[in-house]
Amino acid sequence: MTETLLEIDNLGVDYETARGDLKALRDISFDVKKGEIVGIVGESGCGKSTLISSILKLTAPNTRFRNGEVRFKGQDLLQNNERQMRSLRGSDISIIFQDPMQTHNPVLSIGAQMVDIQHRSKAAKADKRATAAKMLAAVGIPDPEARLDQFPHEFSGGMRQRIAIAMALMSEPDLLIADEPTTALDATLEVQIIERLHELQREMHCAVLFISHHLGVIAELCDRVVVMYAGAVVESGDVRAIFHDPKHPYTRRLIDCDPGHIKERARVLPTIPGEVPDLANLPTGCIFRDRCEQAGPRCAAVPPLAGIADGHNAACWLNHKGGVS
Amino acid sequence: MSLLSVKGLKTNYGPVNVLAGIDFEVAAGETYALVGESGSGKTTVIRAIAGLAPAQEGSVLFDGQEIRGLPERALRPLRKDIAMMFQDPVGSLSPRLTIGSLITEPYRIQGMRDRDLDAEAKRLLEMVNLPAHFASRYPYQLSGGQARRVGVARALALEPKLILADEPTAGLDVSVQGELLNLLNDLRERLGLAMVIITHNLNVVRHVADRMGIMYLGRLVEEGTTEEIFHKSRHPYTRCLLSANPEPDPDARLERIALKGEPPSLIRRPKGCEFRERCPMAQEICTQTPQWDIQKGHGIRCLAPLS
Amino acid sequence: MEKPRSELSLILRGVARDPLGLMGLIIVGTIIFCALFAVWLVPYDPIAMNIKDRLQGPSLNHLLGTDQLGRDTFSRVIMGGQVALKVALPAVFGAMAIGLTLGMIAGYGPKWLDNLLMLFFDTIRSFPTVMFALAVVALVGPSLETVVLVVMATSIPTYGRVARTQTLTLRNSEFILAERAMGASMTRILGVHMLPNIIGVLAVLAAMDIPTVIALEAGLSFLGLGVKPPTPSWGALLKDGYSLIRQTPWLVVGGGLPIILATLGFTFLGESLRDVVDPKLRKNR
Repeated sequence: MTETLLEIDNLGVDYETARGDLKALRDISFDVKKGEIVGIVGESGCGKSTLISSILKLTAPNTRFRNGEVRFKGQDLLQNNERQMRSLRGSDISIIFQDPMQTHNPVLSIGAQMVDIQHRSKAAKADKRATAAKMLAAVGIPDPEARLDQFPHEFSGGMRQRIAIAMALMSEPDLLIADEPTTALDATLEVQIIERLHELQREMHCAVLFISHHLGVIAELCDRVVVMYAGAVVESGDVRAIFHDPKHPYTRRLIDCDPGHIKERARVLPTIPGEVPDLANLPTGCIFRDRCEQAGPRCAAVPPLAGIADGHNAACWLNHKGGVS
Repeated sequence: MSLLSVKGLKTNYGPVNVLAGIDFEVAAGETYALVGESGSGKTTVIRAIAGLAPAQEGSVLFDGQEIRGLPERALRPLRKDIAMMFQDPVGSLSPRLTIGSLITEPYRIQGMRDRDLDAEAKRLLEMVNLPAHFASRYPYQLSGGQARRVGVARALALEPKLILADEPTAGLDVSVQGELLNLLNDLRERLGLAMVIITHNLNVVRHVADRMGIMYLGRLVEEGTTEEIFHKSRHPYTRCLLSANPEPDPDARLERIALKGEPPSLIRRPKGCEFRERCPMAQEICTQTPQWDIQKGHGIRCLAPLS
Repeated sequence: MEKPRSELSLILRGVARDPLGLMGLIIVGTIIFCALFAVWLVPYDPIAMNIKDRLQGPSLNHLLGTDQLGRDTFSRVIMGGQVALKVALPAVFGAMAIGLTLGMIAGYGPKWLDNLLMLFFDTIRSFPTVMFALAVVALVGPSLETVVLVVMATSIPTYGRVARTQTLTLRNSEFILAERAMGASMTRILGVHMLPNIIGVLAVLAAMDIPTVIALEAGLSFLGLGVKPPTPSWGALLKDGYSLIRQTPWLVVGGGLPIILATLGFTFLGESLRDVVDPKLRKNR
């Protein structure tokens, strides 16, 4: 059994707003094992961004951690102070952001930025530069030596995202968080980035927490998947279990909706009618109840995230004895 | 006769040759998709058609009338028939106006002040399945999907003959994306609209387009019916695009035709076939310049097409 | 439907929610109130001399004492506020209106017009305001109108440049492109779609500019080049107080305090206004 690297246990996060407390995350539990790629899927407003900022403790000032723990190598990150967190970020935990156009400092050359992020290392500057060039080559940038002296605007979006990956992996982190790293890119570049990420991950054995709303990418890359909806985990499990045998109606609907799934031209594409509920004014019972076609009387109570098979969990009464009635 | 006929359209921004001669036709009621990587010039094509981007050469016939290079005054009456949808659903709505005034903006611009604008706003919101009270909201209060619907409502206000849509599903969640495509399909049938859709999302194209053109470096490299392109494409670039389409199935992690490198410079275009350096199937003959070859409605610009 | 009136009340409510903004609102409100109703608020005629009671300290009769001619300082401070606003408001709002129009034309119009207007702005800006004012006053003689005109002329470029930059940024945004695609005329694009997005930034600039203009008017009056005596002005009060500082400090206090308060008030208001009108910040409300 492989060792657990990151354990999110019963995490609850609120935002204090003028309209009252917004329950952004509720009872989030899942873990990431060493060297594993875990995908987090969910649509806008599902709490993906809050989750990432909570793990890194880069939260907005109006954030309140209500309950739960975020354990990294057994240590609760929520108890860490800012100095302890800073020594983790960018060394043990790295992150790649969504927009490759905004992640680099526009007035510094790529080389300078890549040398700069090695500030923890005691190596000579020339060695740091060599490391930087090696990383650029590893993510498939041609003439890495020469391109170190270029500035971010001289690279295309796809290249910038690859540079971001190179920079994130330079510290050989144990955990890489990738926040929608391909959303801003074309399909062709998306594939390039994913393949490169996968290759490097296998070489360096780091764990990846990959956040995306693109089901195709998740299916392509991940070992395990966590499905989130409106601030809660509705299902989690092995990638094949999630895509071939989804146990939560939301997961099922989400996969049905993906037009990549539908090979023949469809007159009417499936959708999920209704809106995501207001998190400042939570409805009672199952969070998906209002949009669920299979909802029954039992759904007035919140279903627990319960195990169905080995490592496969879903929060739906349909999987319990007696169903929804 | 086709509703829209684009011939030899060329656009230069200074030394940058963005469009190197684009030809395609769209019949009334037909949906045509332009597909390609970013930088292939697809946005420039539809902006040039609408007179929002320059086009130094070529012709754009709309309903038999030449509209390229027309001054704004002469274009204005035609704008009733050609509507546009932009990429950013919220960003394409004037931020300080209410939704009600935004969707009735076309009536005001075209000087149709005799209409009951409140009633029109209600009718349009209903058409795109938004509640009537949305009329008093502001763009920043809407979700991406709702703002996109407002964009559709506004585009349809004057019952145009042609809609030019730039990435209509960009930034939308999968569940909402389906809703929007259904809405477009439905309205298109009911109103007999013709559409030009540009996108890099091939999954979307399959469900809305009748015909499609693949663009590379400001040229069409392949064109045909959607069926034909999806099942019998012959250009290596099209094959690359099609295979670069991750499927929501973990068992379908398929072998890809990898697309190498990045698109070449538009200032100094490569000699011979412009795709040669990135093409996985390039041959000796590809140093020559390929010509547009069309057979039974399936056009291709390739010297070594696949079978 | 076009322009809901709630916008203004929304902004005011936003400013009032911020403690500094509320303070600014109170100070500015008091100054404007005093200026508007000065005639009824002053206990004495601000220009009536009373040699018997000259150079008195504060008392119940004279809250801020009297000056060398026995005039009531408190009354002169209140009337001075009226003068200050009479200069500052028309100068700032005039400059804002002209700068806004020219700046939007520069930003949206053809390149040659942009170059021409920028040259015009730079030319004006190259005159130092005070020197320019001195020259004009020396030429046509001191008066309230002269001060207003000089200040207005010299602050046009500031507003013009900001309006131009904003217009340039907006001009390539998708919503302006969408309006063009619908065939909207230039006047419509500028007036209905750009103006509401630019005016907020300029209003902030104007609020922060008002104290500068008040100080400038005071400065010119201090030099004897502003409003003519015996019209009370904060600058003139300071000037008198300065020469009589050994006899009584109260004239300097009477002239200086309102200038400081007005500066703080308008600056607080401007800063808080900036946060409220910024749509990015507003979205999170």
